[in-house]
Amino acid sequence: MTRIVIEPVTRVEGHGKVSILLDEGNRVQQARLHVVEFRGFERFVQGRPYWEMPVAVQRLCGICPVSHHLAAVKAMDRIVGGEKLTPTAEKMRRLMHYGQMFQSHALHFFHLASPDLLFGFGSDARKRNVLGVAAAHPELGRQGILMRKYGQEVIKATAGKKIHGTGAIPGGINKNLSIAERDALLVDIAQMVRWGESAVALARDYTLGNLELAVDFGSFESNHLSIVRADGAMDLYDGGLRAIDKDGNRLFDHLDNQRYRDVIAEEVKSWSYMKFPFLIALGPAAGWYRVGPLARINTCNFIDTPKAEAARKEFVKASGGKPNNLTLAYHWARMIETLHSIEKIELLLHDKDLQGTDLVVKGDRREEAVGIIEAPRGTLIHHYKVDRNDRVTMCNLIVSTTNNNESMNRAVASVARKYLSGVEITEGLLNHVEVAIRAYDPCLSCATHALGQMPLQIELFDAAGRLLDRKCKGMAQ
Amino acid sequence: MANDISFTIDGVEVAAAPGQTIIEAAEAAGIYIPRLCHKPGLEPFGGCRVCTVKSNGRPCSACTQPVAPGMVVENDTEELRALRRDLVELLFVEGNHFCMFCEKSGHCELQALAYRFGIAAPRFDYTWPARQVDMSHPDILVDHNRCILCGRCVRTSRQVDGKNVFQFVGRGHEKRLAVNAEADLGATDAAVTDAAVGACPVGALLKKRIGFATPVGRRPYDERPIGTDIETAAARKE
Ligand code: FES
Ligand code: NI
Repeated sequence: MTRIVIEPVTRVEGHGKVSILLDEGNRVQQARLHVVEFRGFERFVQGRPYWEMPVAVQRLCGICPVSHHLAAVKAMDRIVGGEKLTPTAEKMRRLMHYGQMFQSHALHFFHLASPDLLFGFGSDARKRNVLGVAAAHPELGRQGILMRKYGQEVIKATAGKKIHGTGAIPGGINKNLSIAERDALLVDIAQMVRWGESAVALARDYTLGNLELAVDFGSFESNHLSIVRADGAMDLYDGGLRAIDKDGNRLFDHLDNQRYRDVIAEEVKSWSYMKFPFLIALGPAAGWYRVGPLARINTCNFIDTPKAEAARKEFVKASGGKPNNLTLAYHWARMIETLHSIEKIELLLHDKDLQGTDLVVKGDRREEAVGIIEAPRGTLIHHYKVDRNDRVTMCNLIVSTTNNNESMNRAVASVARKYLSGVEITEGLLNHVEVAIRAYDPCLSCATHALGQMPLQIELFDAAGRLLDRKCKGMAQ
Repeated sequence: MANDISFTIDGVEVAAAPGQTIIEAAEAAGIYIPRLCHKPGLEPFGGCRVCTVKSNGRPCSACTQPVAPGMVVENDTEELRALRRDLVELLFVEGNHFCMFCEKSGHCELQALAYRFGIAAPRFDYTWPARQVDMSHPDILVDHNRCILCGRCVRTSRQVDGKNVFQFVGRGHEKRLAVNAEADLGATDAAVTDAAVGACPVGALLKKRIGFATPVGRRPYDERPIGTDIETAAARKE
């Protein structure tokens, strides 16, 4: 029987590999997305000092290192008993996080998603890329670049560097925001907010204008998971865990992050290095869920910034007040979060606490802690044990892409069912699978974000497990 | 002591006192000779060879070689720069140096030398040795992954702290830093106040729980390349 072989992985970034399994009648039975996983890292950090984690974990990803930085440091805050941060420390970290959210979402939307949305999924691949966008819509191309750059400047001002910064340290932050740094960021803030608004409009018009396609494109009903603030507001940096079902019924709410293992378990499957998280109460078969922008808009009661809240209301109206379960609606949700992030950045820049000098707090040591954050791609869980000699003895990470594992498989299977004809992988199938996966913005594209290409390999297997076809697209194009 | 010995470094006249080493005389004259195992106040060790110069055409380590009248020293030549670059690159591949998450980044003399020499990535193959981290002491740690065997902690413990916490064991490839105890650092009389703790040029011997307290941009080598202090101190005197 033909089997797929994936090399054991210690790499931190890679490419996606999809297997499509057919049944006896050559109908799509299942799709499996294989993504590079991070288990090598979890072994690597064992025995190392805990304060190194927030910086070391950034090696996991070249595109969302700030999310790992902050999830790890939130765990380490508890290890040093410093989880009640000073206002300066918490606001600096929030500023860093919103900067990361803004730049990551802008990058994804303008560089990766907009070519598909503007030119159509089946259009000429040579034009359907960021250069094509820059040629056909120069203003849009420019916005994408400058929005990303702005977010990176926010990260630099808070973390010290655009990538692999060191700003967040256990119990606080190692710098405040100088007046000069603040003023430099204030120069373009109004423009960024305006572009945030127009990006929402673009994504909204696209989604509403293509609803028929969206309803049928890799869509399916699911549970949704995120953290939310105590009052139910969207909170990307901190909050309790909330899960809802496809109709919006709460499965649990405001669950203490430290107890995530009471509600979430990870299933291991023989064919994947990536685990399959599920809600324990529903079991592995029904307990899988979505995370990320779509899930967050679905789980929260409201957004606490006015422009993004108005956008959220429109979004909710489009799905009749129920959770939105359309894969393609991720883009619209993502842009609402982009707008929310830049509104938050503007508020923070005017907050005098950022020039405070009380940066670090410490308290009683703990030996185990969990840090959860809403990364651009979804809920990110870091869990550590640290012994009395300050050594990390256990590390478990559930990254956003893993949380979306089953959802992406469903999206691919659904698209494959629609676009697979016969037993051959066509260019069209490849394109549509890519678009479906891309809606989730998985981290498998980390390595290639800059090129606007996601190397993707699709393999087609018959019911006996024999390889029928294999096609590849990616860097070379 | 009168500076009555006269010699030249790269053609520049330098006055030195009897008994001074080349590196000391150069430093006093505002000339930086790269170094790693040399630390003012400690007995010369001559271990790393990064300070290699040519004296009257013959290679020697500037940190151990005393000055002599009329000596002709070559320091900043292409040949010696290449040799030092090789030595520094070898140190990188012989250990496990992950600058991007090492808390000594920006404070590290090895990294700073690499920057000063314009080394982007070593040309040699990494050896990825299996090394241990000794976290047994409540306030100090030894990360053997980053140890370059300069012996600064060994000498500082003996010569400054009046203790004997560290020693070298093994020879050649097997040579490594050890502690003078049956078990680990926690079993020695090392204290966080020991001068030895601050003697490490890299991130091998560290005070615990300091981590990344200094933000990027405000670390010693963020703005000024290593050696600049020596070069500008003399410029100020002039
Ligand atoms: S500094 Fe002279 S040999 Fe190391
Ligand atoms: Ni990532």
